[in-house]
Amino acid sequence: MSKVMVVTSGKGGVGKTTSSASLGAALAQAGQNVVVVDFDVGLRNLDLVMGAERRVVFDLVNVVQGDAKLPQALIRDKRVETLYLLPASQTRDKDALTEEGVGRVIGELRERFDWIVCDSPAGIEKGALLAMRFADLAVVVTNPEVSSVRDSDRIIGMLDSKTQRAEDGGRLEKHLLLTRYDAARAARGEMMKVDDILEILAIPLLGIVSESPDVLSASNVGSPVTLHNPTSAAGRAYIDAARRLLGENIVVDTPPERQSLMRRLFGRKAAVA
Amino acid sequence: MPHVTLRGRTFMALVVTPAFPMATWFAAFDQQMRGAAGFFVDRPIVANLAETLEAGGPEAVFIVLEGLEARELRLIGVEGVDPALLAGTRWERMPKTLHGRAQTLEAWAETSPVAAGGERSPAPVTSSNAPSLLIDRPVRSGQSVLFEDGDVTIIGPVSSGAEVIAGGSIHIYGSLRGRAIAGLRTGAAARIFCRRLEAELVGVDRLYRTAEHWGEALHGRPVQVMSDRGALRLTALD
Repeated sequence: MSKVMVVTSGKGGVGKTTSSASLGAALAQAGQNVVVVDFDVGLRNLDLVMGAERRVVFDLVNVVQGDAKLPQALIRDKRVETLYLLPASQTRDKDALTEEGVGRVIGELRERFDWIVCDSPAGIEKGALLAMRFADLAVVVTNPEVSSVRDSDRIIGMLDSKTQRAEDGGRLEKHLLLTRYDAARAARGEMMKVDDILEILAIPLLGIVSESPDVLSASNVGSPVTLHNPTSAAGRAYIDAARRLLGENIVVDTPPERQSLMRRLFGRKAAVA
Repeated sequence: MPHVTLRGRTFMALVVTPAFPMATWFAAFDQQMRGAAGFFVDRPIVANLAETLEAGGPEAVFIVLEGLEARELRLIGVEGVDPALLAGTRWERMPKTLHGRAQTLEAWAETSPVAAGGERSPAPVTSSNAPSLLIDRPVRSGQSVLFEDGDVTIIGPVSSGAEVIAGGSIHIYGSLRGRAIAGLRTGAAARIFCRRLEAELVGVDRLYRTAEHWGEALHGRPVQVMSDRGALRLTALD
């Protein structure tokens, strides 16, 4: 049974693309057949984060409009053989996508893959709505700050009303992925606390990914952090999140404050030791 | 300085009733707009000009309408004046009377700006006998619940950026972080109850308050809001 999973947030820059790539890679590393679809037409990034930017020929818009066949546009990852990418077009805009076209492509992808991960663009307009339209479940990416939390709340409302599943009277499964979390700053009251965010958004927590240079350096070399550095805190957080998506029951641990305190006091040495 | 009263009316329109002396009234109105700019943004306004006409004659009516227009308010209707008076002016086409109060929830679902542009609000559970609306899920940011026929009960939070507007009282078994406006139909008898007050704005009948008007002391506490002899009163319930 294939699952269509939208990774969304409302707000930009919170880590949707990084999370799409990392979760997609982690699911594929667990043996699932995965395709990650970039819905950010006009501002495509997923190909860079996944290190496939030099292999893009056809894209989502070509397939939606019938100019290319799906297999022509799918790019197979060089590191994990069950991982594929369907890139967005950089030269077009969101109006190039139609609901019927996207529905048809999602239907075709459902026949080939276990997981279809849809990387949503920011905002609440057409692109974001089409990315969530056919989803079975949603990962809401949120940073621990008020503006991101409110935008996520807005997106959750839309997931409950504007998706096909919601319109058919069903309920969409929603998970919260907290990214760029900094325990030390949260302890000092400079960031929202996990409990407060969960209280406001009232959806189950899929994972907490700490703010980490590992994520940035992985993006810069075009490799999801779960492949580039699977033993890093961020890598493990995404791998655990993917296992939870696969039904495993793993407790989410909040990054401990003490470690950050040690790091603050002793710099890199403590982190290495 | 007179207190500018605003009365919630059909849908989310507000009724303003300018009073003499005009300069003083507009000054008070401007102050109120500055204090709660978000309250007026895109909110349809109906002007009741009966008093203006009586005290200042036809000329005053046009001065007031121009004054409201200059403030970039969405003036959608005029009441309290003879339609003939506005004939031949740019306000001619504005509806003179609004029959919003008879609207039912079904009618609202089809015509409200929320249904047209925003999301559907959580599926309401209505009973034909008791005029009340029960919503057993969170009201999310950007959603708007309007129920003119009676009380609204919400089991779950009302998020920042969400609003609940009721003909009667509003009961929220959760945190109120957005707006709640009660008493469109029952007026001053309506109350708002919430388990945690973190609201942006509360209003009963013709009175409203924004968060900065009530102290930290009430923040996060269970609170009821009522209209008490012409003033809005917030009291802790614990």
